[in-house]
Amino acid sequence: MNDFHDRLTKLVGHQCQAIEMKGGELVLHVALADLVSVLKAVRDDTELAVTQLSDLTAVDFPERPERFDVVYQMLSVNNNMRLRIITRADEGDIVPSVIGLFRSADWAEREVWDMFGIYFSGHPDMRRLLTDYGFEGHPLRKDFPLTGYVEVRYSDTERRVVYEPVHLNQEYRDFDFLSPWEGMQLPQVGDDSDTDEEQAGA
Amino acid sequence: MGIIDPSKHEPGAVSATPLSADMPIPPGPDQDAILAAVGDEIANRGFVIAKADKLFNWARSGSLWPMTFGLACCAVEMMHSAASRYDMDRYGMLFRPSPRQSDVMIVAGTLTNKMAPALRRVYDQMPEPRWVLSMGSCANGGGYYHYSYAVVRGCDRIVPVDVYVPGCPPTAEALIYGLLQLQKKIRRTATIART
Repeated sequence: MNDFHDRLTKLVGHQCQAIEMKGGELVLHVALADLVSVLKAVRDDTELAVTQLSDLTAVDFPERPERFDVVYQMLSVNNNMRLRIITRADEGDIVPSVIGLFRSADWAEREVWDMFGIYFSGHPDMRRLLTDYGFEGHPLRKDFPLTGYVEVRYSDTERRVVYEPVHLNQEYRDFDFLSPWEGMQLPQVGDDSDTDEEQAGA
Repeated sequence: MGIIDPSKHEPGAVSATPLSADMPIPPGPDQDAILAAVGDEIANRGFVIAKADKLFNWARSGSLWPMTFGLACCAVEMMHSAASRYDMDRYGMLFRPSPRQSDVMIVAGTLTNKMAPALRRVYDQMPEPRWVLSMGSCANGGGYYHYSYAVVRGCDRIVPVDVYVPGCPPTAEALIYGLLQLQKKIRRTATIART
């Protein structure tokens, strides 16, 4: 682990904003401009050999100026080491696609585009993956409502499935599922355990 | 019912005398005995009498061929109900992959917005008489994903449903129960007349 960390620092340390160990996991923070070169460097290095891109996702922090965190989860099979590479992107920013380096980025980047609206330049087939065909919006953004804007039903008059503004019969309720044993607040109503009482002798 | 009118015969008499229908025997043990006797005679010669309605309903409910529309986890419970422990084949239910050859469509799983037009198309391709069984809480009313942006809140927004089977997922036994209820419904409500 330390060898890996040292090698990483020596190789790409100057290109990264930060290298840290967070919760026992190695995390690299990279600027958007250095992303492809860092990924290429760690992939091509014979000692690090980080040859697998396990996942590509994004996180939305709406209160931050650069709201999206694009996260690349990497794996080095030879060293049995996982690595996380994080860049920051804003809403209109275009992220360079790493499909030339890792084939697994193909659908992952399509998913990130669909769910967050982050565009990847250089991707051969940038279209929606999970959402419905005429869907508008990017669902995993924090400002997209849970229930969305449209719902679907079959119309007998038009003989096809139609989209209508969503109408919920019962709005979403958020329950507190904390167990009464764990979330118990003392003292309870009727609880006299703290007062002195005459105990009836057996 | 019956092709032979009850007539003024002595109870228990089985003869080939011509029947006179001048005074019908009221329902009771006499009439029952005559009908039983006549029925026995016909059955001995290899004939069976039934109402046409009942015959068709027996055929329809006894050989319900489901079209699998397994969308999500409920599909696995549907597979369970077709496997050896809760065998569906003994009820005459044989899974058909094509809607053109099936009687009932079992909507098993979450119906998403993207899938809705396809579901309707498959339903439209089924020939009459056809029924729909909604399996699991997602197909019944959106279920676990009721508040999601991409889920149809119940497949009955898209196709008319005959039987709802609750559960998440319904046990294989519950699905068989639902199918038996559907059989009962078919026997009760199906008619020969073209709707």
